[in-house]
Amino acid sequence: MDISLDLLFNAIVSGILLGGFYAAMSLGISISFGMLDIVNIAHPVMIILGAYLTWWLNESFGFDPILSAVVMAPFFFVLGFIIYRIYYDRFEKNAGGDSLRGLAFFFGVLFIVEMILILLFGVDYRNVNTGYTDVSLKLGFVSLPYRLLIPCVLSVSLLLLIREIFRRTYFGRAVSAVAQDPLALQLMGVNPVKVKGYAFGLSLMIAGFSGAMLMIIQSVQPAAGRDYIGLVFAVCVLGGMGNLMGTLFAAMILGIAESMTSTFAGPSWAPAVSFGLLLLTLAFRPQGIFGK
Amino acid sequence: MFVSNIRRRLFVTAIALMATLGVATVSMAQNKPALKIGFGMGLTGGMAANGKAALVAMEIWREETNKKGGLLGRQVEFVYYDDQSNPSLVPGIYTKLLDIDKVDLIISGYGTNLIAPAMPIAMQRNMMFLTLFGTNVNAKFNYPGYFQMMPNGKEPAVGLAGGFFDAAMTAKNKPTSVAIIGGDNEFAAMTIEGARVVAKKYNLKVVYDKTYPPSTTDYTPILRAVQATNPDVVFFASYPNETPGIIRAAREIGLKTEVFGGTMIGLGFAAVKKQLGPLLNGVLGYELYAAEKTVNFPGIDAFLKIYQSRAEKEGVDPLGYYLPPYAYAQMEILGQAVEKVGSIDQKKLIDYIHATSFKTVAGDIKFAANGEWEVGRPMYVQYRGVKGNDIDQFRKPGPSAIISPKSLQSGELITPYQEASK
Repeated sequence: MDISLDLLFNAIVSGILLGGFYAAMSLGISISFGMLDIVNIAHPVMIILGAYLTWWLNESFGFDPILSAVVMAPFFFVLGFIIYRIYYDRFEKNAGGDSLRGLAFFFGVLFIVEMILILLFGVDYRNVNTGYTDVSLKLGFVSLPYRLLIPCVLSVSLLLLIREIFRRTYFGRAVSAVAQDPLALQLMGVNPVKVKGYAFGLSLMIAGFSGAMLMIIQSVQPAAGRDYIGLVFAVCVLGGMGNLMGTLFAAMILGIAESMTSTFAGPSWAPAVSFGLLLLTLAFRPQGIFGK
Repeated sequence: MFVSNIRRRLFVTAIALMATLGVATVSMAQNKPALKIGFGMGLTGGMAANGKAALVAMEIWREETNKKGGLLGRQVEFVYYDDQSNPSLVPGIYTKLLDIDKVDLIISGYGTNLIAPAMPIAMQRNMMFLTLFGTNVNAKFNYPGYFQMMPNGKEPAVGLAGGFFDAAMTAKNKPTSVAIIGGDNEFAAMTIEGARVVAKKYNLKVVYDKTYPPSTTDYTPILRAVQATNPDVVFFASYPNETPGIIRAAREIGLKTEVFGGTMIGLGFAAVKKQLGPLLNGVLGYELYAAEKTVNFPGIDAFLKIYQSRAEKEGVDPLGYYLPPYAYAQMEILGQAVEKVGSIDQKKLIDYIHATSFKTVAGDIKFAANGEWEVGRPMYVQYRGVKGNDIDQFRKPGPSAIISPKSLQSGELITPYQEASK
């Protein structure tokens, strides 16, 4: 196929828009897996839980998904805190920090949440229609669909906000510290369990936000989260464990790689190219592109 | 007086005897073991939306049949397991059904990917195997006990895609080129294979022929690549989770082509219709039922009324136009065959089904030697005049004009796509 400027620009723009959304999906994993060493394999199903609650809020109260993302935040924060306390009491405390033992716990959470969604909402596809879902912004020959543009802009903004919180606030520094040396943190009078609980709550809060954004992009069914398990962990590892800016750039790289491959080589090559990039990175920079 | 007393006594005795015999008959029927029908069904996972809807339809049949006294005087019981839409679980489920649960009959779960893994087990036990919506599964097995409910015809892959091309070729400007795109899955692979054959038959030049992975979130890069090849016809073979994204992407890039659509599973679902609303306009899509005046299968209205009254409570498709009538029809065929054969002898049942034309809520069904419909009738409709996102508009004739097959046609194809999509 001929590479025209039009195709090339649109492919890059599509990749950036997609990457922005991937960043939000992976940001929670970067915090829980990258910083807290908790292999939360249930993170994608929490995104789907967020999507379903967004749908419910829209059906019941007419809330826009963006408003729903704000309204749901406290719920997801508390849910995350509670899940972490159960995980800590039953696994982390007794397993001596072996995060893999908790994997079974989060697999269980994944199936339980999926089953709750089926029981509460059924198995039919759910979606939310908004005024901006089917509208595109045209900039010359580049077209920006709002259903991708809005999630991308909001996701990147959220990521930058959280990065600033981590850099500038006491809580943020405590989370960074707990990732590096929980014992030292304890010696300084800070309860690392509580800090990890809050940080895990934050990661689920971001999952809820991602679910609201997902509802703008596409319809969902209870098992839809399984499609994203590989992707969110790949972005987290590619960007460098716990590196938030790395997560953003890695998500953009995968988004652009997916879009470019789909446009110029054939969409079925997209996962091969994305995961090929991951393999190459792990071979030459095991700590990830932006890892230290 | 004496004679009258005798008569009265005889009458009372006869009534008592008849009543006793009647009770005995009912009692015998109640004492007979239930006739067990076993299957796996996707009640969770990606296929669950259809799997649960199919189960609702099948339960309606079971309740109705049991009210009439069951089959062979035995109450019908379903033994089923959630296959989680996971093909790797299917062999275990069917082995358990036959060896542990000792079911009398087996039928399939929903979908090509869930039918194929059960085939070797059905074949080893020489079981009659009525299946729900597999695309060309028996091509590799050639099993005489296989029967399939999707109305694709003797050559299922070609028949399924063929309906689309039959409709597309009625375009005012005769198409000369086609782009063929599908998901990376068994169903799409079969359908695309058929599409290539039909494209060749119509002398259409294939200018784009590619597949996409199931994790695809954004279809605009694919549609842009398709647009760059400037095809007259754009054919997609997609699953329900993919179809809305594809149609949105076509609108977002302003796809310019004569005909756009394909075997896009999901268009028949109320949720997808609700989601897309006016974006459906102009799309030439695959349906199994449309509320057009030309479609009048005996009993379907009554069935849909019962189904729709239960759908909301069960959290399944509220319209039930796609799978439910065919799931119910499958059970009608099974019931009719068992009653006529008078036993559950698998060989006799297989022979009977091959030899019989069945009257069902999905129309008359006669199976060919390979277990597919003898005469296919894949339905392709062009959506038009869809306003807003209310699904009630699809309950009346108009928004889903049937272009193919000819026998059910209710409208002419409007082209080009950009014009039709207004």
